[in-house]
Amino acid sequence: MKQAAARDWLRRNLFSDAWSGLTTLLLLGGALYWLPGLVDWALLKAQFRPDAAACGAMEHAGACWGVVAEKYRAILFGRYPHAEQWRPLLATALVLLAIVASGLRLATRGALIAAWALALPAFFLLMGGGLLSLAPVASDQWGGLPLTLLLATMGMLLAFPLAVLVALGRYQAAWPLLRILCAFYVELVRGVPLISVLFLASFLFPIILPPGISIDVLLRVQAGIVLFAAAYLAETLRGGLQAVAAGQHHAAAALGLSRWQALRWIILPQAIRAVIPSIVNSAVSVFKDTSLVTVVSLYELTGALSLALAGDAEWRSYYLEGYLFIGLIYWTGCYSMSRFGAGLERRLSAGAP
Amino acid sequence: MNSQRWRGLAAQAALAAGLLLLLWLLLDTTAANLHERGIRSGFGFLGEPAGFAIGESLLPFDSADSILWALLAGLANTLRVALPAIVISTLLGTLIGLGRLSPNLLLRGLCMAYVEALRNVPLLLQLLAWYFVVTDLLPAASAALQIVPHVFLSKSGLFMPWFGGDGGAWLDLPVRGEMTISGGAALTPEFLALLLGLSLYTAAYVAETVRAGIQAVPRAQSEAALALGLSRVQSFRLVLLPQALRSIIPPLNNQHLSLTKNASLAVAIGYPDLVSVANTTLNQTGRAAECIALIMAVYLILSLLTAWFSAWLERRTGRWAQPS
Repeated sequence: MKQAAARDWLRRNLFSDAWSGLTTLLLLGGALYWLPGLVDWALLKAQFRPDAAACGAMEHAGACWGVVAEKYRAILFGRYPHAEQWRPLLATALVLLAIVASGLRLATRGALIAAWALALPAFFLLMGGGLLSLAPVASDQWGGLPLTLLLATMGMLLAFPLAVLVALGRYQAAWPLLRILCAFYVELVRGVPLISVLFLASFLFPIILPPGISIDVLLRVQAGIVLFAAAYLAETLRGGLQAVAAGQHHAAAALGLSRWQALRWIILPQAIRAVIPSIVNSAVSVFKDTSLVTVVSLYELTGALSLALAGDAEWRSYYLEGYLFIGLIYWTGCYSMSRFGAGLERRLSAGAP
Repeated sequence: MNSQRWRGLAAQAALAAGLLLLLWLLLDTTAANLHERGIRSGFGFLGEPAGFAIGESLLPFDSADSILWALLAGLANTLRVALPAIVISTLLGTLIGLGRLSPNLLLRGLCMAYVEALRNVPLLLQLLAWYFVVTDLLPAASAALQIVPHVFLSKSGLFMPWFGGDGGAWLDLPVRGEMTISGGAALTPEFLALLLGLSLYTAAYVAETVRAGIQAVPRAQSEAALALGLSRVQSFRLVLLPQALRSIIPPLNNQHLSLTKNASLAVAIGYPDLVSVANTTLNQTGRAAECIALIMAVYLILSLLTAWFSAWLERRTGRWAQPS
């Protein structure tokens, strides 16, 4: 009985016709040909101890994971003072906890808002110091994973309200000038690469501000990321607003709600709900895009890796292992977010009328 | 009703006045700052000699040429990598997207693994990794890998036969020497890494677009086509594909546009694309506003052209999908 079921499964999934059978054989052959070498390199012949001499002797026959063991603190925390690195670790853990708790709805809405209201100031306090006998650490020393997390989280948190305003600006009909301005902003930003916006933040902001006012480069780049992400989010939300049926407006008006009340309680919730999966996609993009700030000399995860390896002749030839390591960190973040988004999408479409 | 209209007009006038004031303030402080730092403004510098070299260029370029010509060479380099990458990513992405719908479990899994692995890691990281693989892990030119006869791959790039050459031969074959490879056409490591990174990354997105487009066609359509006696290939070509294309082409054009914008990451690995040349110019001349404005203007024009082309294509495929 079991055998018949297995045979049936095999026939359906691997040998449904001649082509499928041929594909299966080809792929199995490829796996037999390639996999042993890969396993050899990544595991069997790999060097896990931070032993530069042993790694050098292998001449890349196996992976030198020792580079991660040797450099993980420099990769994860950049130039943050070595003795104080428990602070970025704790700060990162707090914000990650807040994100996971919100994503999984581990608490009531009020508790989650309170958690964020505590986690964010705690993050800045831990990173920056200067209070509670924590030594001050200037923001140009921040780096690695906490910086990536900061740029992505604050990028999304600040871009979202801005995007709602811009999307409403394009949605309303009373002020044509405002509509044109909002459309101009969205199309302008969506038409250019993020790198040009980062150049703008890095090189141009200092020139257009009055003398005497100088804004920290981290803040400028964060502003650039917010402006960039908000344009894409606004376009997403505009789609959501258009998806709300016209009858909803009339129904809200018939109930005696003012235009703002209708927007706040009837239209916006439906519009946002309709595009939650796209919003999650935007969050994934913002998370990945933070890697670009290394081009304007901020040492987030990608930049911190280059910083850690570039100056060290002993470990310089193991960039690939380093890239794979931080690639895995990025991958874990992005994949769990997109899984989360897919789950939401299923739940929402199940709840839809 | 009338008073409401007036109120709206007044509010908009106030908005316009506020914006103009803000703009004037910004321009005024900018002019004052530039004056203080001794930086002149305007686009006159475009005519001056560049004074820097460009690693590789499709257009003939020499450091004595003007900055404008340098930027044009950069734009040509952007297109030189973006256009082949668009073709490769579309072909590869279509295959992978179709593979995700295959009845074969192994193929389906492999294609899914590809998509999930590539689109969840930042493109910049992938580019840096490819660049490292090409420039550090490949053998030196003297020990170049010969992939097929007369095509060599090494740290110095990819060498392949190309038309023309000495002594009237119609094909110029690369030859592996003691130290270097000579003859034929060469693709630099920077170009290779960028082409590879952009193509493979975008292919993952194209695959998702293709899969979603095909899945969006109701199942009944292909069942009906089979019931009418069409073969599997016929029903795919005549029924499924035309309907799928309508929902595939607009997002596909967006992917191509993103790819072109992503080509600006060339600056991180030293391929002289438009942004990279503009960045060098910016560092040499200090003309930040002008250089950034030029980058943005060029990309906006590319975006508009793509949008226009996309609309034209949509009209065409719309017609194709609905035979009258």
